[in-house]
Amino acid sequence: MIAAKSKCELTLSVNGETKTVQAYPMERLLDVLRQEFGLTGTKEGCGEGECGACSVLMDGALVNSCLIPVLQAKGASIVTIEGLAGDSRARAVQDSFLEHGGAQCGICTPGMILAAVSLLNKRPEPSIEDIREGLAGNLCRCTGYIQIFEAVAEAARRSAAS
Amino acid sequence: MGLKSDRIVGHPSPRKEGRDKVTGQARYIDDISLPGMIYGATVRSQIPRGKIKKINFGPGLNWNDFVIVSAQDIPGKNYIALIANDQPCLADGIVNHPEEPILLLAHPDRHILPKAVAAVSIEYEILPAVLDIESSERKSPIIWGADNIFKSYLIEKGDVESIWEKAAHIVEGEYFTGAQEQLYIETNGVIAQFDPEQGVTVWGSLQCPYYVHKALMALCSLPENKVRVVQTETGGAFGGKEEYPSILAAHATLLAMKSRRPVKMIYDRQEDMTATTKRHPSRTRHRTAISADGKILGGEIDLTIDGGAYATLSSVVLSRATIHAGGPYYWPNVRIRAKAVATNTPPHGAFRGFGAPQSIFAIERHMDRIAQVVGLSPAEIRRVNFLKPGETTTTEQIVNEQIDLGKLLDRALDLADYESKKLRFAKENKVGTQKKGVGIAAFLHGAGFTGSGEQYLGSVAGIEGRADGSVHVLVSSTEFGQGTNTVLCQIAAEALDLPYESVGIAQPDTMEVPNSGPTVASRTAMVVGKLVESAARKLQRTLKDSGLLGETYTPEEFRDACSKYVSTHGQFREFARYEQPSEILWDDQNYRGAAYAAFSWAVYVAEVTVDLQTYRATVDDFVALQEVGRVLNPVLATGQIAGGVAQGIGFALYEKVEWHDGRMQNSQMTNYIMPTSADIPPIRVYFHELGNTYGAFGAKGIGELPMDGPAPAIVNAIEDALGLPFNSVPLLPEDIFDALTANSSAERDALLTAGTP
Repeated sequence: MIAAKSKCELTLSVNGETKTVQAYPMERLLDVLRQEFGLTGTKEGCGEGECGACSVLMDGALVNSCLIPVLQAKGASIVTIEGLAGDSRARAVQDSFLEHGGAQCGICTPGMILAAVSLLNKRPEPSIEDIREGLAGNLCRCTGYIQIFEAVAEAARRSAAS
Repeated sequence: MGLKSDRIVGHPSPRKEGRDKVTGQARYIDDISLPGMIYGATVRSQIPRGKIKKINFGPGLNWNDFVIVSAQDIPGKNYIALIANDQPCLADGIVNHPEEPILLLAHPDRHILPKAVAAVSIEYEILPAVLDIESSERKSPIIWGADNIFKSYLIEKGDVESIWEKAAHIVEGEYFTGAQEQLYIETNGVIAQFDPEQGVTVWGSLQCPYYVHKALMALCSLPENKVRVVQTETGGAFGGKEEYPSILAAHATLLAMKSRRPVKMIYDRQEDMTATTKRHPSRTRHRTAISADGKILGGEIDLTIDGGAYATLSSVVLSRATIHAGGPYYWPNVRIRAKAVATNTPPHGAFRGFGAPQSIFAIERHMDRIAQVVGLSPAEIRRVNFLKPGETTTTEQIVNEQIDLGKLLDRALDLADYESKKLRFAKENKVGTQKKGVGIAAFLHGAGFTGSGEQYLGSVAGIEGRADGSVHVLVSSTEFGQGTNTVLCQIAAEALDLPYESVGIAQPDTMEVPNSGPTVASRTAMVVGKLVESAARKLQRTLKDSGLLGETYTPEEFRDACSKYVSTHGQFREFARYEQPSEILWDDQNYRGAAYAAFSWAVYVAEVTVDLQTYRATVDDFVALQEVGRVLNPVLATGQIAGGVAQGIGFALYEKVEWHDGRMQNSQMTNYIMPTSADIPPIRVYFHELGNTYGAFGAKGIGELPMDGPAPAIVNAIEDALGLPFNSVPLLPEDIFDALTANSSAERDALLTAGTP
């Protein structure tokens, strides 16, 4: 997995802060976020890009951080669940998740919320089909998704009304 | 029965730990680090059965840098204490299943561990293995005990021999269910620490702190006060973290004892899927005598589950499967023979439903078969056979709940628009390649431990008033998504006349909380909830009796009184212990009597489309109607049902464990497929509430119920769509293809001709 023998120095923006890190170029962005920066809100579920628990925003796009070699994130702007504090759209999604039962065990929740925010950034008034598709890369074993759909739809309605 | 309206119970109080979860602040085991912590990994058997001849440590690694633990390092018993104590913590000379743990390695660099595990090679003398139920029954070879049977049960009611000659129809069927992976999104993980003075402490993702506690005491030969187990935030469990964490905790503990450093062990997804427990595969045979008007006269049910290599929880899973095998129907005469057999696969274990999804799949498919033979509709065959209040179950438990299953069925059919869909689909299916069908499942699920299990457990729950005047629930019952924290705080707040926000819940930590039993068997809200309610009422009574609190009070007055009480008397805790109601009588010898204090009841209706070009079945609509006593929190209860239905859809249509030589081959999320948000139909959840005298504020069990009904309802709907019977799950497109191409009946030809675009 770690191809190069030596670490390299690289700079990236994480939750609005410029960070410089010594890392192996092929180290997973997920591990750098969790271990170097202590941002443990980003979770590992499968390590192969199937479950979306490690979702983060990279230059505004939703990515699986377990599939991103950290070198690829050089110079990029990364937003994790911790970086959503203070974001009004994210706050609406989080409140709505709490109200509608969108989080049960919570392990998929940070990734799911990032996916929902990413969807609403692109489509502020999504149809139910948009929501189903927009979240299809994020697996949840607890909820059966129905209450997550309701939470996202409600957050969109509230954001539209405000 | 009308239910009184409460201030907090019955309302959607927000999830206690919810804010931490939605903001990413909740701390799961892999989010925690201790100073000086190193990492552990497991060397496992590559074969199903054999003798270990030699262990080689390969070149290219400095093995002196590793802590290496084998069975010889175990200070106490080399078994995982549970029921039969037959499962070794580490294999000692012999392996009985692929992935059986043999050696443990620890190193400060977690990235070097996979390479080290791969560098250990083991030479075996291979022994013949048993890989399925049929080979285990042939007893050649015998791999466990005298006959490969972990446990068997016999239920006999009435006189089965007398029914066959009276029968207008005798209907036989054989039904199979496959293994299913729990697939919690957080894999198993623990951290263990050892100190010669303090003993062992384990933190982990787990359901049952006191199971782990018991296992570590035996493993380490330590007294109970030298073993401490703490549950950290747990990212899903579904039974998959009921018994397995005891093994992982044992492994990390051995490494911590030898290294004298904290050791973290976190499984990656593949290890978690190949090595840990799954739902027991099953085979159920029915032979049923039916009267001319469709009534069950009696029958024989023969049920076998595959327990894997060690006994673990199979006897208890089998018990629930056996008791649920008759479904929600009246059997005047019945004989149920059930057994759990050994195979050389990793032990199968707890998974939501715990045996009931297997036997209910069989009876609910069988009822549709009976309906066809008799010439009644699936709804009518159920209606004429439903259990009624005053009648007895297969274990001769008198139904004393005022349940009207006929009405429940009517409402479910109405909500699903069943009759008109049935007519419409029959017409529309004559053309085109999209065949639609609707299917029903009616079922029951017993809440709490079976039989005298709750009496044996004697669970204790507590409540603590603290110096700051706050109140905290003390239980070993764990939160892993299902809502334990929230509903127990709702119950305590209701009982104490306090706002929900005034009540907290202590982290499950065996040093701090009493043993309220394992968090399993749909028992938390009903059984533990009732104990929390009692403890809370005691606490309130103590404050009132002390003169510090009036008969009515404000939250501020309560806080003040509680605070004063603590400053005068010190620690302020009240406890309540489970006592079996005298009318709940169970005869374990004859498997007769009140198996459960209460049952939840349900009727589910599935609507499916089968695409004759892709052979894929899709669920288009799902109605889940259930009677659960009392809904303590409508948002959480709805979430439990919808989540269970989604797992049931996976069990029915997607989730297939591919076995080879006793080992799971598709141990990744890319090839073991669980439903995504794009696969889920509208799941419409409805409740009926009759109350329950044995549960907190009328609650019954709810967590496992929704796992039982979806698979039979969906497969019944597929039969309705195609006119072909399917008797096993999972039912994948290739299975539907095989059945359609293998079956040469005129009906099938008609179906395919009609399907030609």
